Amino acid sequence: MKTYDLVVIGAGPAGLAAATEAAKAGLSVALLDEQTAPGGQIYRGIETAGAHRTAILGKDYAEGRDLAASFRASGADYMPGALVWNIGTDRVVEYSGNGSSHRIGSKAILSATGALERPMPIPGWTLPGVTTAGALQILLKAAGIVQEDALIVGSGPLLWLLAAQMVDAGCPPRAVVENLPKGRMTAAARHLARAMRAREYLVKGVLLMRKVRAAGVPVHRHATELAIEGETSATALTFMARGKAHRIESASIALHQGVVPNQQVTRLMRADHVWDASQHCFRPKLDGSGQTSVPGLYVAGDGAGIGGARAAAMQGRLVALAIAGKQDERASRLSAALAREGAVRPLLETLYAPAPEVLAPADTTIVCRCEEITAGTVRRTVDLGAPGPNQIKSMLRTGMGPCQGRVCGLAVAAIIAARKGEDPQVTDYYRIRPPLKPIPLLELASFGDMAAE
Amino acid sequence: MPRRIDPEGKSIGFTFEGRPVAAREGDSVAAALTAAGLRDLRDSAVSGSPRGIFCMMGACFDCLVEIDGIPNRQACMIPVTEGLAVRRQRGAVEVRI
Amino acid sequence: MTGRLHPDRHADLLVIGGGIHGCSAALHAAIRGMSVIVLEKDSVGRHASGVNAGGVRRLGRNYAEVPISDYSMQIWYRIADFLDDDCGFQIAPQIKVAESDKELETLARRAADLNAMGFTHEVILSRDELRAHLPAVSDHAVGGLGSLTDGFAQPYKTTFAFQRKAQSHGVRFHEGCGATEVRRKGDWIVDTAEGTFRAPHLLNAAGAWAGALAERLGERAPVEGIAPMMLVTNRLPHFCDAVVGATRRPLSFKQMPNGTVVIGGGRRGRADANANLSEILFRELRLTAETACDLFPIMRGANIIRSWSGVEARMPDDIPVIGPSARHEGLFHAFGFSAHGFQMGPGVGDIMAGLIATGGTNAPIAPFSIQRFAA
Repeated sequence: MKTYDLVVIGAGPAGLAAATEAAKAGLSVALLDEQTAPGGQIYRGIETAGAHRTAILGKDYAEGRDLAASFRASGADYMPGALVWNIGTDRVVEYSGNGSSHRIGSKAILSATGALERPMPIPGWTLPGVTTAGALQILLKAAGIVQEDALIVGSGPLLWLLAAQMVDAGCPPRAVVENLPKGRMTAAARHLARAMRAREYLVKGVLLMRKVRAAGVPVHRHATELAIEGETSATALTFMARGKAHRIESASIALHQGVVPNQQVTRLMRADHVWDASQHCFRPKLDGSGQTSVPGLYVAGDGAGIGGARAAAMQGRLVALAIAGKQDERASRLSAALAREGAVRPLLETLYAPAPEVLAPADTTIVCRCEEITAGTVRRTVDLGAPGPNQIKSMLRTGMGPCQGRVCGLAVAAIIAARKGEDPQVTDYYRIRPPLKPIPLLELASFGDMAAE
Repeated sequence: MPRRIDPEGKSIGFTFEGRPVAAREGDSVAAALTAAGLRDLRDSAVSGSPRGIFCMMGACFDCLVEIDGIPNRQACMIPVTEGLAVRRQRGAVEVRI
Repeated sequence: MTGRLHPDRHADLLVIGGGIHGCSAALHAAIRGMSVIVLEKDSVGRHASGVNAGGVRRLGRNYAEVPISDYSMQIWYRIADFLDDDCGFQIAPQIKVAESDKELETLARRAADLNAMGFTHEVILSRDELRAHLPAVSDHAVGGLGSLTDGFAQPYKTTFAFQRKAQSHGVRFHEGCGATEVRRKGDWIVDTAEGTFRAPHLLNAAGAWAGALAERLGERAPVEGIAPMMLVTNRLPHFCDAVVGATRRPLSFKQMPNGTVVIGGGRRGRADANANLSEILFRELRLTAETACDLFPIMRGANIIRSWSGVEARMPDDIPVIGPSARHEGLFHAFGFSAHGFQMGPGVGDIMAGLIATGGTNAPIAPFSIQRFAA
């Protein structure tokens, strides 16, 4: 079994930057990524998107090119198409690639697995035609496909970015339906002075919204009672806004309610997590060098708390420098730049905190898509006395389907916490069990043959 | 309806439920099916309701299809190759005897 | 500790350990009219009781366990009425598959032994009979040994149901409430972070942590913390009604009503009882996967969705400690079920409650005395 100084999981900005930096510092580095090309989701398709697609996706997207190119030239071992499905307490990484499973050892592990979209359980959200906003953006980045007449529903920076990109692609959405409660602008305004340190993000946001409006896209604000109609696939979105009931027909409805750290790797390794009340999500508890409570396990990028692509790359570099023992002047410069990047977050987090309606789905709404468990069933089981997410999981199978709770985890935890009147930190989250993603039984049966090392 | 924005690309042929589908090189199975307007990819495992793509990044496992006779493949994670035989995954039956 | 006794912390019986054995004994004692407090250091059903494979099995047990297991089975048959919860219990055949004639001979000898003891629930299955029960079994299987009216249940649901029923009989549960100090001063006195509890009777049902408790009270009990491992697959078409084991290789295999297949049996992960942790070792679990694929070719198309393990108590002779302390009056033990205690939970709880309430029992528990480990 080969052992590396550093094994990086994930080829988004944090992983690419960290692997590049660590390799440059002389460490032996392997980067494992489930996708077939570098970029992660934010820079998905970065090596293959042509000029036309890149122009639509914008200049922030194009920044990914240098990251990918530097990584390719770094000398780090790159293992695309590698699905990491277990990591032992001995930091041995078990992964699947090309139809068989393998293991490599590591002195340090960097989890750079990024973010997931926050679950947005509303009636009808399991119908074909309903996707995440991220899914529409991935179709655009990776395949140059745009949905005509789509509805973009929810809230968050990605909502507006996607709408603007669709405008630029010549396929403006049929409407943007934002579900933020009233008063968020006022609440966010107190963070404005600090956010001005990174004012380019504010300017960008305003320009995106302006572009969408200028293209004639109807924008509905403060929408509530969102629901999707359809028998065998989505046909329309219904909602209340400005005291009126609305119904907009569309066969493509994209939901978004912000992004949250992907906790699967850090939970698997039983790192301590803290509830971040500002971001409304759990994030791993980290020391100054990006190390979790589990020695040798580091996190950088959105998986450490949402900070965006540029911050992710900076964190990746910083963690790599820390692991390599190079806490030099460059590291302090990076830290300062990282702090400046973060200046806009309090404003964004206040403005785009998830809508109360999304955190408290109706009793009849499905929250666990895999096992088709409703919010009401979760509440009834809490009332029966099941104390937390893991007991709910044992009783109801929420989070036991193939997605392993990636989609429903935060929704179920929020429902339990609300029902018990408990702080989410106390309620906590699912224990994550290996394999991180399903693997064929037959593949495990033949795993040992090559594990003889 | 979905639309392709790139003027050109190498064409690849595969089948869905036995019918020919045109894809472009570099498409995932899910992207190619989406481009062809095909949205109903499987029955859910519990109630048998229709499901399609959802996250497109390998997290949600909603786009499970049968590819070349092997069920439970994530359509969004598998690149299309010439001649691939893709089928809708039916009901709770996730494996054929 | 000084100060007045808190009335909520005084009972006839203190149970340490909120697993199925602690919960069952608490319920049965309450039914007999005793006031009971259960102290659980984590949450009820957190370890072996909540995360085992859920086999309700008389088949293949150590001969000493057979009468108690059979007694427990009678409670399982009426579990839904008893607990007001079906516990996911279903009657199903438990079958050990013989992969060779030699294995079948071993099984036949066992069936004959049990017959001689007066138990007829284990029967030899011919090649054809095996296939009548297990149409999907591999061609190489030559026969088997079956206990046709055993079954399976959902472990956490069951333990939780025992807890709720016990609560309805007035049993008080304190979860997240580990015993920091245990001593005897007239009554048994147990210190916890929530305060001091007191009762004339104390039941040690602390699973993997029971050995340390017994030794603190001066009784040797060499408990080893082990981590049995389980795999669960995606939903498969219905192909198997029985719970299946192998003869020479460790295996426990069953298809749940929802179509998923739970595979476990014997292979162990890494257990760390002190840290409350268990870890799956896939290099060991590989063999379980291989056995499942060998016995049921349909499994070659299955995916593993999840694995789990929990910390369980094993005794060196693989049978539990059940009975009164050999050293202290008012102290009782029920632990060390060595990865096959789930089925015995209902029956042993009843036996312990009778023993504690009346001081005696007709159940043949002599082989399980803690005395057998006395130095």
